[in-house]
Amino acid sequence: MNTTTLPSSPIASIAPPVPSLLTLRGKVVVAAVLAILVVIIPVLNVMVPATSAFHMSDYAVSLLGKIMCYAICALAMDLIWGYTGILSLGHGLFFALGGYAMGMYLMRQIGRDGVYHSDLPDFMVFLDWKTAPWTWAGSESFIFQMILVVAVPGLLAFIFGYFAFRSRIKGVYFSIITQALTFAAMLLFFRNETGFGGNNGFTDFKRILGIPTATSSMRVTLCVLTGLVLLGFYLMSKAIIASKYGRVLQAIRDAEGRVLFTGYNTLWYKLSIWTLSAMMCGVAGALYVPQVGIINPGEMSPAASIEIAIWTAVGGRATLIGPIIGAFFVTGAKSWFTVAFPEYWLYFLGALFIAVTLFLPQGIVGLVRKLAAKGGVK
Amino acid sequence: MLRRITLYGLLLFAWLFAVSTASALSPESAKAIAVGDNDDRIKALSAALVTPDDNLSNLVEALLADTAKVAGDQVLIVTDGKAVIAATGAEAPLPAVVEDVVNNNRMRQALEGAKAAFGLFSDSVRVRNNAITELRESADESKLPLIDRALAKETDASLKAKLEQLRAAMLIASSDKQKRLDAIVALTASAQPSVKSLLQERMKAGVETDPEVRAALTTAIKTVEDRLAWGERLGVVFTGLSLGSILFLVALGLAITYGLMGVINMAHGELLMIGAYATYLVQNVFRKFMPGAFDYYIIAAIPLSFLAAALVGAILERTVIRWLYGRPLETLLATWGISLMLIQLVRTFFGAQNVPVENPSWLSGGVQVLPNLTLPFNRIAIIFFAFFVLAGVSLLISKTRLGLFVRGVTQNRSMAACMGVNTAKIDTYAFALGAGIAGLAGCALSQVGNVGPDLGQGYIVDSFMVVVLGGVGQLAGTVYAGLGLGVLNKFLEGWTGAVLAKIIVLVFIVVFIQRRPQGIFALKGRSAEA
Amino acid sequence: MPQITRRGALKTLTVALVSASLSSLVAAQSKDPIKVGVLHSLSGTMAISETVLKDVALMAIDEINAKGGVMGRKLEPVVVDPASNWPLFAEKARQLISNDKVAVTFGCWTSVSRKSVLPVFEELNSLLFYPVQYEGEELSKNVFYTGAAPNQQAIPAVEYLMSKDGGSAKRWVLLGTDYVYPRTTNKILRSFLKSKGVAEADIMEEYTPFGHSDYQTIIANIKKFSSEGKKTAVISTINGDSNVPFYKELGNQGLKATDVPVVAFSVGEEELRGVDTKPLVGHLAAWNYFMSLKNPANTEFTKKWADYAKKKGIAGHKDKPLTNDPMEATYIGIYMWKQAVEKAKSTDTDKVIAAMAGQTFKAPGGFTSTMDTKNHHLHKPVFIGEIKADGQFNVVWKTPGPVRANPWSPFIPGNDVKKDVPDGKTKI
Repeated sequence: MNTTTLPSSPIASIAPPVPSLLTLRGKVVVAAVLAILVVIIPVLNVMVPATSAFHMSDYAVSLLGKIMCYAICALAMDLIWGYTGILSLGHGLFFALGGYAMGMYLMRQIGRDGVYHSDLPDFMVFLDWKTAPWTWAGSESFIFQMILVVAVPGLLAFIFGYFAFRSRIKGVYFSIITQALTFAAMLLFFRNETGFGGNNGFTDFKRILGIPTATSSMRVTLCVLTGLVLLGFYLMSKAIIASKYGRVLQAIRDAEGRVLFTGYNTLWYKLSIWTLSAMMCGVAGALYVPQVGIINPGEMSPAASIEIAIWTAVGGRATLIGPIIGAFFVTGAKSWFTVAFPEYWLYFLGALFIAVTLFLPQGIVGLVRKLAAKGGVK
Repeated sequence: MLRRITLYGLLLFAWLFAVSTASALSPESAKAIAVGDNDDRIKALSAALVTPDDNLSNLVEALLADTAKVAGDQVLIVTDGKAVIAATGAEAPLPAVVEDVVNNNRMRQALEGAKAAFGLFSDSVRVRNNAITELRESADESKLPLIDRALAKETDASLKAKLEQLRAAMLIASSDKQKRLDAIVALTASAQPSVKSLLQERMKAGVETDPEVRAALTTAIKTVEDRLAWGERLGVVFTGLSLGSILFLVALGLAITYGLMGVINMAHGELLMIGAYATYLVQNVFRKFMPGAFDYYIIAAIPLSFLAAALVGAILERTVIRWLYGRPLETLLATWGISLMLIQLVRTFFGAQNVPVENPSWLSGGVQVLPNLTLPFNRIAIIFFAFFVLAGVSLLISKTRLGLFVRGVTQNRSMAACMGVNTAKIDTYAFALGAGIAGLAGCALSQVGNVGPDLGQGYIVDSFMVVVLGGVGQLAGTVYAGLGLGVLNKFLEGWTGAVLAKIIVLVFIVVFIQRRPQGIFALKGRSAEA
Repeated sequence: MPQITRRGALKTLTVALVSASLSSLVAAQSKDPIKVGVLHSLSGTMAISETVLKDVALMAIDEINAKGGVMGRKLEPVVVDPASNWPLFAEKARQLISNDKVAVTFGCWTSVSRKSVLPVFEELNSLLFYPVQYEGEELSKNVFYTGAAPNQQAIPAVEYLMSKDGGSAKRWVLLGTDYVYPRTTNKILRSFLKSKGVAEADIMEEYTPFGHSDYQTIIANIKKFSSEGKKTAVISTINGDSNVPFYKELGNQGLKATDVPVVAFSVGEEELRGVDTKPLVGHLAAWNYFMSLKNPANTEFTKKWADYAKKKGIAGHKDKPLTNDPMEATYIGIYMWKQAVEKAKSTDTDKVIAAMAGQTFKAPGGFTSTMDTKNHHLHKPVFIGEIKADGQFNVVWKTPGPVRANPWSPFIPGNDVKKDVPDGKTKI
């Protein structure tokens, strides 16, 4: 928790020394849940006939895939906010950049099947461009674009973070300038001249690696892949948090001044976790785009980034499972409310955020722990 | 330029070769003016202008005001349910079915031209002045006799000068070299933007061949350009100031709540919206119950928008924000939730569309300071308003007991509490004050832009930028940051276009904060680094 | 069918797909209500425009149900809120089609939302009726476009301004919000203007960011541009929310319609609700429908809407009911779909598409709108209206009859070889 913004208040909260990691049993459970997800889903979707009650519809598969992408973002946010105490209001930018890198490849994969039957993406034909701009160099190569998926957000985060952390920008100031950054990027991508399809962004993808995207099997593949990536990131984060490096991060969160005095150069700790977090978001974006079928600058709007923070907070900061639960809970609630109460869902969502911050400062995970602790006492 | 040639050509024709075809406005010609093909209508109007009379003048006015109606063969002027026959001026019963007269822009322009021709010989200086302004837009030789006649009668010196200039614009193409030179001199004295293109037209190859006149033209164009450039420069400064004053107003409330309590109030935009909707409601009440005093609704709206937003702010502080002090980043989430709810609340009650907030007549239009620079009254008023709000808030903070407590709590909360300040109460007051100022800003915004549920969303990022750039807890910082960003944005916009300007400003803020992490005015001393 | 080389899945997948389509066919035979999707944003930035389309769709569905429904079956609307979020549009579309099994969907406003849902409708072979004017350059077998294509709105408006009655404009300011619809429209207009002999120097193109609210500089530029030469007209493709600040500034800076007329393609009765229109008298808009049109069909339509709005207590409209072009287009779309279903005697997508060709409907616009037999667009009349002091429009010009849509504008290079028919099947 960062208290710099409220100069004279007593240290408001002293975070627990090391958040109690899940036990071995918990680890097994979490791994099992995810493993089951990635095995059961394909079976339910592809093997079980559509008439069966156990059939999982394509809609459910793509929704699940989408939410798992969000969960990766929330996890990335948790590393930087929950464990290092730096709130980013610009993670949507990294997510979108990863998505754009993937989208460029997908646009090239359309080949001549677009509206204008040209080698160039439709929007370029439309703008009378004869060749793709330099930013599109290499976009036909899957490997190259996959490198960009992590490299572009990573590099941007590194440069931005280097200057910001070196200047000791903290707390709310940092949050606000990350917001300015993503807002500026959104305006930039809205421009048609920027060369990424303007407001319409990229849509109408046809295939990945030559395989059609609009099929159940591709959707299931992507969904499973997302699940595996999420699991992988989860385990990685777990390892990070348990390591000495992770403990220094948490120390920075709790009292950066003391860490500095102890002789650590916090700049590199913060910068590395910040960059890693941005790269995770980039990967999430790349998985997201083929599943939802569109990427446009709307993903860079400040509101989108705030939502990432909200998933993390609702689920429970400084726990690794919390953000994942939060992403599922909030996005699931939104999906349900927008259908069940299209006119009133914002009331529910708004009330949810207020209630969580007021009554559940540790999020859903905190609530569960509290209840479990009470049950244990009894 | 050429658009009124037809009309004035006919006018001229009428005046020069007046033949007694019609003694006054006949019912037939009234009808011909009101209905039919626009070409024919304009012809009929010109023909009727040969013998202008009061009935024609009234008809022209009525056509412009949309009060002329057609019933059968008769053209009626209908005001307040009473009908007058246009051709005679006699009262007539109002028929059950009347047809509206549709005037498009071209027809309206012809009518306004006719009105101006009437006005040129009016007794009122103001009417004559308007008529001259109206005539200025089209300068061609066909109007020369009309201008000459007006010049002969004109007694007012300034109007006379304007007419001379008009005359010069027509004489610039004269075959007499001396007349052309005189015309250039007369035109140089005028600063109309249209003069430049008029002179440039003459400079085109083959139009003006005499070298002496060409030289005179070159100097004249230079002089006029210089003068116009001044108007443009002043224009940029004014637009920058205006944008800056708006940014300052929307950010001031945030500067107080954030600076004082460290609350990141994401619902700040919605407090602006509440202020704007309060203004809308006050406007409606005035329209319904006090239509006579409608122009002054804004006077009542200012305190009421303050109170409405302050009340909402106080409720928010008491119910939600109070429990989150010391957890600044969490207030962000809770207030984000509040913001969603407030938006939807307004949508439920007022609908998703924008609601109309009309400028009072004294805030509509603008004052022309230079021929190419018009300053809108509403923007001037907002600049002054921002100044008064600033003065008010500074006085409140520096001179009152409440202000003393607020400063005390800002500087050292626990010490203030030890001295017996009820910090909880001060928090509520201060938050309500910040919210109320947001309400005032909303009231101001209703005069320049949309009033709709999303009003606040458009300003939230901007207001945070201003506060962060200015430095927390510093009124002066907010002032400089708001005005600075406004002027910077407007300078860039003229240069790079609106989209890039906005991006550059944001990047500038990001870079600036890297250099000065605490904003323009950093808090010094112990409280700066805690 | 897709050609999948991935191991295993193909066979089971085919089985699943066939059984899925079978089950939907079975459902269609029964006397259950027919589900109809309504996909309009009720929150977020687009709610301002789209909410009312949801309401007018519900009104039309109520009307049809009151008269016995379609083929004796009631219509059951399924309303969802895609919240102005483009990926959410695609998700909700999939949900409507595959979970709720709707027979048809009425929805979308922005081009990006349409582009987002398009692959979903094509993949699942379902129907979308899109009711808003747009930039063209698209033709999908699964979409019926009931709004205007550029040649049904933009080009007639410019031609009018060039005419004597329109003021014989010679210089042009193309002003828009920086996104695809304005860019495309301006591109078409630029090449149209050039074909009419307008010089490059006589065209000024300006864009503003989304949600731009400070038009001081732009208006000053327009003033400067117009003072530099012959009669100037402004073509505005400014997006919904930015229009109010634009028009307020226009009025206050004293730029009158008789000096520099502004013709807008996204400003209708609903957008003017938030503006004091007195200083704007004479500025223009081009649409295929105006509320002020005088004909029996429109009188009935506006009255029905007023009653419905009052009955349902629709905020804003219950006190001051307004109708506009996209509302009319939504209304036409629903009725045409009903007629096509009755003609096809089925809600099956392909059969309905076949039956849509040549459908006619006596539209509130006063003309009989016809669905083109080939290109999925309506033949619509074009009206040009001047703003009146009460926020309504004076229709000052109209086409003699309905105009056929040209989704592939001839003013965009390469479009001459475009077919005017959607490709037969989804390309995979």
